[in-house]
Amino acid sequence: MAAETIHTSPRVHYINANYGWKSWLFTRDHKRIALLYLASVTLFFFLGGAYAVALRLELLTPQGDLVSAETYNKLFTAHGILMVFFFLIPAIPAVLGNFLVPLMIGARDLAFPRINLLSWYIYMVGGLFTLYALIAGGVDTGWTFYTPYSSAFSNTHVLAVGIGIFITGFSSILTGLNFIVTIHTMRAPGMTWFRLPLFIWSHYATSLIMILGTPVIAITVLLVALERILKIGLFDPALGGDPVLFQHLFWFYSHPAVYIMILPSMGVISELVSNMTRKQIFGYKFVAFASIAIAVFGFLVWGHHLFTSSQSIYAGMIFSILSYAVSVPSAIKVFNWTATLYKGSISYQTPMLYAFGFIGLFLIGGMTGLFLAALGLDVHVHDTYFVVAHFHYIMVGGTVMGYLGGMHYWWPKISGRMYPEGWGRFSALVIFVGFNLTFFPQFIAGYMGMPRRYYAYAPDFQVLNVMSTAGASILGVGYLIPMVYFIWSMRYGPVAAANPWPSPSLEWQTSSPPPTENFEETPIVTWEAYQFDEQMMASSQRSAVSDELPASG
Amino acid sequence: MEQQREAGTLGMWVFLITEIMFFGGLFMAYTLYRSMNAEGFAAASHQLDVKLGAINTVVLIASSFTMAMAVYGSQTGKRQLLLVCLILTMIFGAAFLGIKAVEYNTKFEHHLFPGAGFKWESPEHDPRLAQPARMFFWIYFAMTSLHALHMIIGLGVMAVIFYYAWRGRYSPEYHAPVEVSGLYWHFVDIVWIFLFPLLYLIGSHLH
Amino acid sequence: MLWQLPFLPVQASTFAGRVDTLFLFLVALTIVVSGGVAGLEFYFAVKYRRRTPDEVPPQVHGSMKLEVIWTVIPFIVAMGIFVWGASVYFTLYRAPKEALEIYVTGKQWMWRFQHPDGQREINELHVPVGRRVKLLMASEDVIHAFYVPAFRIKNDVVPGRYTTTWFEATKSGPFDLYCAEYCGTNHSGMIGKVHVMEPAEYQAWLSGGAVEGSLASRGEKLFQEQACITCHRADAQGRGPLLNGLFGSRVALQGGATVIADEAYIRESIVNPQAKIVAGFQPLMPTFQGRFTEERMLELIAYIKSLGAPPQAGTSGAGAQGAASGVATPRPSQTPK
Repeated sequence: MAAETIHTSPRVHYINANYGWKSWLFTRDHKRIALLYLASVTLFFFLGGAYAVALRLELLTPQGDLVSAETYNKLFTAHGILMVFFFLIPAIPAVLGNFLVPLMIGARDLAFPRINLLSWYIYMVGGLFTLYALIAGGVDTGWTFYTPYSSAFSNTHVLAVGIGIFITGFSSILTGLNFIVTIHTMRAPGMTWFRLPLFIWSHYATSLIMILGTPVIAITVLLVALERILKIGLFDPALGGDPVLFQHLFWFYSHPAVYIMILPSMGVISELVSNMTRKQIFGYKFVAFASIAIAVFGFLVWGHHLFTSSQSIYAGMIFSILSYAVSVPSAIKVFNWTATLYKGSISYQTPMLYAFGFIGLFLIGGMTGLFLAALGLDVHVHDTYFVVAHFHYIMVGGTVMGYLGGMHYWWPKISGRMYPEGWGRFSALVIFVGFNLTFFPQFIAGYMGMPRRYYAYAPDFQVLNVMSTAGASILGVGYLIPMVYFIWSMRYGPVAAANPWPSPSLEWQTSSPPPTENFEETPIVTWEAYQFDEQMMASSQRSAVSDELPASG
Repeated sequence: MEQQREAGTLGMWVFLITEIMFFGGLFMAYTLYRSMNAEGFAAASHQLDVKLGAINTVVLIASSFTMAMAVYGSQTGKRQLLLVCLILTMIFGAAFLGIKAVEYNTKFEHHLFPGAGFKWESPEHDPRLAQPARMFFWIYFAMTSLHALHMIIGLGVMAVIFYYAWRGRYSPEYHAPVEVSGLYWHFVDIVWIFLFPLLYLIGSHLH
Repeated sequence: MLWQLPFLPVQASTFAGRVDTLFLFLVALTIVVSGGVAGLEFYFAVKYRRRTPDEVPPQVHGSMKLEVIWTVIPFIVAMGIFVWGASVYFTLYRAPKEALEIYVTGKQWMWRFQHPDGQREINELHVPVGRRVKLLMASEDVIHAFYVPAFRIKNDVVPGRYTTTWFEATKSGPFDLYCAEYCGTNHSGMIGKVHVMEPAEYQAWLSGGAVEGSLASRGEKLFQEQACITCHRADAQGRGPLLNGLFGSRVALQGGATVIADEAYIRESIVNPQAKIVAGFQPLMPTFQGRFTEERMLELIAYIKSLGAPPQAGTSGAGAQGAASGVATPRPSQTPK
């Protein structure tokens, strides 16, 4: 790691190496592809968010008075589809993963750069189909499109959205394939499996789920499409079919999908917690294996979405016990992160604030999962706002917080600029407050009996709903602020050092932003993951020459 | 180069695993509905032409053999062998598709395609089995057409490989694309090895 | 446990208290664990905050002991919660033998109820307090779910099959009923009330109002309209099996298997007769799929349930009259058509 070869603001890096739209749209550079994804997922996030704002506005009053019932059903369906398939599943792997996986392992690019670009195009095509369907009139099946409503009764654009999801699934599969092959075959000399950053372990586990689970949703969507077109009768009881078969096929993917959404975020948190406290993660191997365990066990629990569906009670028991088993590795991670803080040197910079938020909110979300896995209790809270609150705590309090924390932490690497620290902390706080105000009341409303997907509800629930909508408006503002300052910083932010934190991880041992080929020479790894010792810090510090070091503590 | 070959091979194996999951959903539907309608499925399966199905099986196995020989040819620099075997593989693949087309045509003529025109009424068809038979046929068409689609893609891939082999691109040092395509071809073959008995031979030991 | 806390819905069934106890335990557990971890986070964050920009803290290498402790203890706790939840669930899913049976049909977007004595209701269900009520549920179209928060019960209502749930109300009053499985445009409007009444009031309600005859007698009408009698003759000379005493008995099928003749079996035999052929009979029965609604199907089943032992000393298994609390209509004599 010769300090002399690292420049703080290199004259040529991956952003300014080529100009022109062709150099971006036909790029093979994983870093540029990550930015293409960044633009798309941000667009879908705000679009999905807009739908959420609309539906929360309707829910201010118990009567259905803002929009019609049909429109409301289309609003929550669009919110779910856009957020799940076009934001939560791709965001961290396709933006942060694509950018960082080669850098963290010391490789020049991913194993299949052209397939990586193809992934993005496939994602965009799928997204366009879905947007077309939404503009053409929308879909009203809910993002879970249960049969027989979706296969035989709905008069909306189910087919177009189905095609969109089918296509986008291949983007996921190809990304997962790329990551697995890259991690196996392209690690730099000396980068053994147990020297890998936990971000890599998480993305490896996520990729396993992507390749094994996504094809199943593909076939499920295909079958619903065939049922709609050809009236085959797979899900139609009058023709000998079974509507509950759909639920099994759907959740066989969609449960592991939620682990696709959370594992990468957990990987980010591992990076944040260790680097922002300058301590190796407590129990590294346990955290690494916990990621794999979550991926494996995650495939065995889908039936916990079917406890009241007329599934056999013995199957219910098996799924319940397995669901409790899968909660343990997540708990292990939370305890290990907390233990990492012990005797650390804890910075209060924005990424760390997001990490703290994640740990707290993910923990609550995870604990409420225990409520849902309890068979007798799930009977009461299934399909109520309790479930809605549970999954938003994990997906928004978990995944989105991790995504934002990661974006802040790696922003200097990605853009060569620092974000404004004061605004960063402020918006983290606004998001935390807004989030809890939005979703905590929903736990209460759910237990009180308010069902999901209702646009008119009993007046007793109004206070809780008003609180929730108020929170949502605060949350929306909280998300807009970073959008603004990230864009602002690209031109006006202070130039970042190569390694501002500093961190011993490989991606920081090259300039910020990196050159197209990532490293001027193939690095040779002789240190352990998260090796924070005096010598390491000193050599990292030498490379952290910059106009302005970020304020610490 | 070695690393690239390794990467390419690993990539293809991973992709094939996703294909297993993709077909898996259909196999699951088959399993479920066959267990619920054993007699109907057997009666419908009996309508399929076992001879043609068996010929197709042999054709595909032969094509896998020629494919393996083609890969061997590329590994050992035997360009002639590589080219000839690729051609043979493609011929066998096309033959498979041709026979499949003939079978499909027969099914349409006998009104066995599970669309609006489905008829299960002639004297030898037990009318009470019409519904499960229809279910069988849609599974038959879904699985075999998905398989055929993969074959067509496979033929396209072979054509590209043949073109590059003709241009002399492959050698003992660089033949990864041939190997990787071989893997894909063998996979498509294996899927058929499962489909044939499950679709064509239900209850055939009873007749 | 019957504490009525402000953020809990009213506990109006024998089941509700058990669910709430489990819930409150989990709330306490969540507060303890989250509070504990968050508190520790906070404490560490303050105590170990970075004091100088260049400091490097001592590295702590992990502890197998801690890992084992915080793996094993959560696992044991989790298993304990599983057992508790499963036992509560079993109570709900083991429908009691003796219960007032009411038939429920869900259709877009309303609930229809049929009482054994023939009363029909839409979106309002009257039941007596302190008595077990079993609901046999069918859907006319898509999947719905029958949910009464005050009773803490919920079950999907799936087309093509029967699902059941049961409750014993402990308080009188009106309680909200919701559809809890998204079913299309007016899903939020598919709501109603369950009116739990004191015994005297309930009797009064039962006898008031026009009623077209009991459920079973309406079913009998349908039985005759559809000409079922042609093959299912009471003198057991017909081409179809004898239906007297069938309900609840064990039926021997072709091929050696046996099945209990419950509601699901009877429904299947009507819509898909070839699925299970009774031993010794020919597969002659045509399908009645689509000929009448699920509601009328339930009436037909109520009629078949009401058929007692055959006129001669018969093979009847479990008493058909014991299984349902429906009115036992004396078997009218049948004259062949």
